[in-house]
Amino acid sequence: MTDPMESIRQTYFQECEELLLAMEEGLLALESGADGETINAVFRAVHSIKGSGGAFGFEALVHFAHGFETVMDLLRSGGLEASGEVTALLLRAGDLLADHVAAARDGGAAPEDGEVGAALAALAGVDSEAGAEFAPADFEGLDFAPMQIVVEDAPPSQGWRIRFAPHAALYANANEPALLLRALAGLGELAVAADLSTLPALEALSPQAAYFAWDMTLAADVPREAVEEVFEFVTGQCDLDIVPLAAPVGDMPQVVPLEQVVPQAAPEKTEKPDRPDKKDADAARPTIRVDLDKVDRLVNLVGELVITQAMLSQRVAECKIPRASSVGNGLAELEHLLRELQDSVMAIRTQPVKSVFQRMPRLVRELAAQTAKKVHLVLEGEATEVDKTVIERLGEPLTHMIRNAVDHGLEGPEERRAAGKPEEGTVTLSAEHRGGRIVIEVADDGRGIDRARVRQKAVERGLIPAGATLSDEETDNLIFMPGFSTAKEVSNISGRGVGMDVVRRNIVDLGGRIVIGNSPRQGSRFSLTLPLTLAVLDGMVVAIGGQTFVLPLTHIVESLKPRAADIQSFGRERSLLNVRGAYVPLVMTGEILNVPDARPPSEGVVILVESQGTGRLALAVDAILGQRQVVIKSFEDNYRHIGGIAAATILGDGRVALILDVDGIVARCRDRIADPNDLQPTGT
Amino acid sequence: MDQRQDDIAGVRRQFITFRSGAQEFGADIMAIREIRGWTETTPLPHAPDYVRGVINLRGVVLPVVDLKARLGLGQTQTNPKHVIVVVQAESRTIGLLVDAVSDILTVTAGEIQPTPELARETQSAFVEGIAVLSERMVTILGMDRLVGALVGPDAARAA
Repeated sequence: MTDPMESIRQTYFQECEELLLAMEEGLLALESGADGETINAVFRAVHSIKGSGGAFGFEALVHFAHGFETVMDLLRSGGLEASGEVTALLLRAGDLLADHVAAARDGGAAPEDGEVGAALAALAGVDSEAGAEFAPADFEGLDFAPMQIVVEDAPPSQGWRIRFAPHAALYANANEPALLLRALAGLGELAVAADLSTLPALEALSPQAAYFAWDMTLAADVPREAVEEVFEFVTGQCDLDIVPLAAPVGDMPQVVPLEQVVPQAAPEKTEKPDRPDKKDADAARPTIRVDLDKVDRLVNLVGELVITQAMLSQRVAECKIPRASSVGNGLAELEHLLRELQDSVMAIRTQPVKSVFQRMPRLVRELAAQTAKKVHLVLEGEATEVDKTVIERLGEPLTHMIRNAVDHGLEGPEERRAAGKPEEGTVTLSAEHRGGRIVIEVADDGRGIDRARVRQKAVERGLIPAGATLSDEETDNLIFMPGFSTAKEVSNISGRGVGMDVVRRNIVDLGGRIVIGNSPRQGSRFSLTLPLTLAVLDGMVVAIGGQTFVLPLTHIVESLKPRAADIQSFGRERSLLNVRGAYVPLVMTGEILNVPDARPPSEGVVILVESQGTGRLALAVDAILGQRQVVIKSFEDNYRHIGGIAAATILGDGRVALILDVDGIVARCRDRIADPNDLQPTGT
Repeated sequence: MDQRQDDIAGVRRQFITFRSGAQEFGADIMAIREIRGWTETTPLPHAPDYVRGVINLRGVVLPVVDLKARLGLGQTQTNPKHVIVVVQAESRTIGLLVDAVSDILTVTAGEIQPTPELARETQSAFVEGIAVLSERMVTILGMDRLVGALVGPDAARAA
């Protein structure tokens, strides 16, 4: 951070990210119909990326952005129709621009502009008359140079009469009229007259109001667009009148040279941090950028506060102070406020899932092109908010699932037609809050999961014995087994055999679940259920051999007190528990975790949990102590990962308790028993 | 910082010294964050015998290592008089269970001798050198080595 240029660079790329998002959003909106404001928004985004990029000397980026901008400018001025083909090209151009930005950021080689660049140039070249101040190589077909000669040689009979009257908003957005006038002067000979007629007496003058207007005569044969472009960033913040200059310049009052035009008392000091080009589309609410570390510190502190409060409550209860006393009431109030504080602090970390969802349209476009399928992507619930960490870790699994949906799920156009479906397949990506968790679904209307094939493949790969009886649901879930892949041939899109098991691992690591809804020939639906935050967890506090552990509530199906007769020995070292007629593997949790003095299961409690991939199993614990929300504390930073333990937390008495990881316990069991047939899925 | 370079420069260094069993050890004062009394730990499953478990250090889950056991000298039988030295090294923070903290020692780098060849193997892996004073000998422990060795790859993770 010692290099000021580096921090400016970082700011630029942060802004680029936002601008690219705004651009993509605008381009997608163009697909469903163009309106001026949308085109303007895209134009501004591209223009800003280009402009600041130039300052850093990213030539390839600027060159490409310039061609892109030229086409957007044509669209804006109506010189080009936003047809389906054009928007498709623009979307690809947007992707390429993102690549350019990424290349500039990471110092990699700039991507080839290739056909997109050529197509943009062709659009710009054929239709464009608007000049390009860069005259990039793309514009070979444009006879630009002769025009300039005409400008220089022609008498100043042609030109524009411009009246420019800024509103207060223009100054408030930190625009400087002198710069605009100077830019105009750059187009040709400019005569400027300041209209001070509205300027009040000093005592009536408001420092925040705008009083000046300028009448200008631009004696240059430039297109109207060139003049408008100068005022691009102040559209809507001024009265602008541009009329062709028909007659020679007549009685222009008080003509002064440009140098003297700068208004001495211009109320430009009332600037706001808002940049003008960001005031587009959805008038965004004011936001600030905050270092994530600061937020995390706040989250941690509030976590501490909650723990301390719990500790205090416990001590007060031990002192036999009644809850109805003033101390008790005060504590109850404190607890209530802390809850609210905690929720508010957690909300700081949340973001709309839009940031992940928005990467998907591009992915789908690329996949559709590669697989020669027609795909329509529907995004729903983009505004659903979830913790930033969750969002960051959602990208990879979602990408994978969308790939699968397009590559495996959807059929080719012919096959779809034959099946009586529209040629264009639909992939729906949706998000919603449901019961304190976020549910994200990837659905397609393709062929669904072919259970017979899945089964056959699983047998071939030795994942299940040939004669195994599996329910439909269990068959569907086989695709989550490591090393499973149904792709007929390994394509470069998906089917490397590391597909869905990785997706599931990612989701489970986030504390989520994944469920398949499959209707053969009609499509499949993958539902991800994720916690809203990774910082807290609802857990059941259990005792094993005098130690306290926390079991994540999301895994628990039910708890029961087994009778000795329900426990059956099975093979060596293994036991099964009879739960209303169904036998589930019984895990001696104490043994697995190396805790001495754990009670035998017949004297303790058994908790039925759902593990990913291995179905249900029963964990034997000594007793259930209660249920509470706990703050997750990692100890891996200071120690290392322990199989069977997800993290730690601090209980009300200030002591550390370990949070159990059900899948890790399953893995531990496997290692101990070293019998691959153990812990097979049981029916649910 | 590279301690070897300091040795060459003959810089004065300060060490916190503490007793564990019959020996006196020293640790660079810059690596010591705080010293606190013994509190019961929460045991960690499948931990080596020298990892006593974790404690709550103002919201941070801190693993506690029994120095005596770590050096292969047997487990410490803890009582409330025992002390946890909170050490930060290799961007990790751990607690070190010792019998008692003695004092602060200032020595020039030249006064630290290299470890004699015959020293026990377990111990010498963590020993940076030996400071010989008029009447006693202090074994200087390299905290980065001690902490680094704690967080080696875990076999269970690969499973």
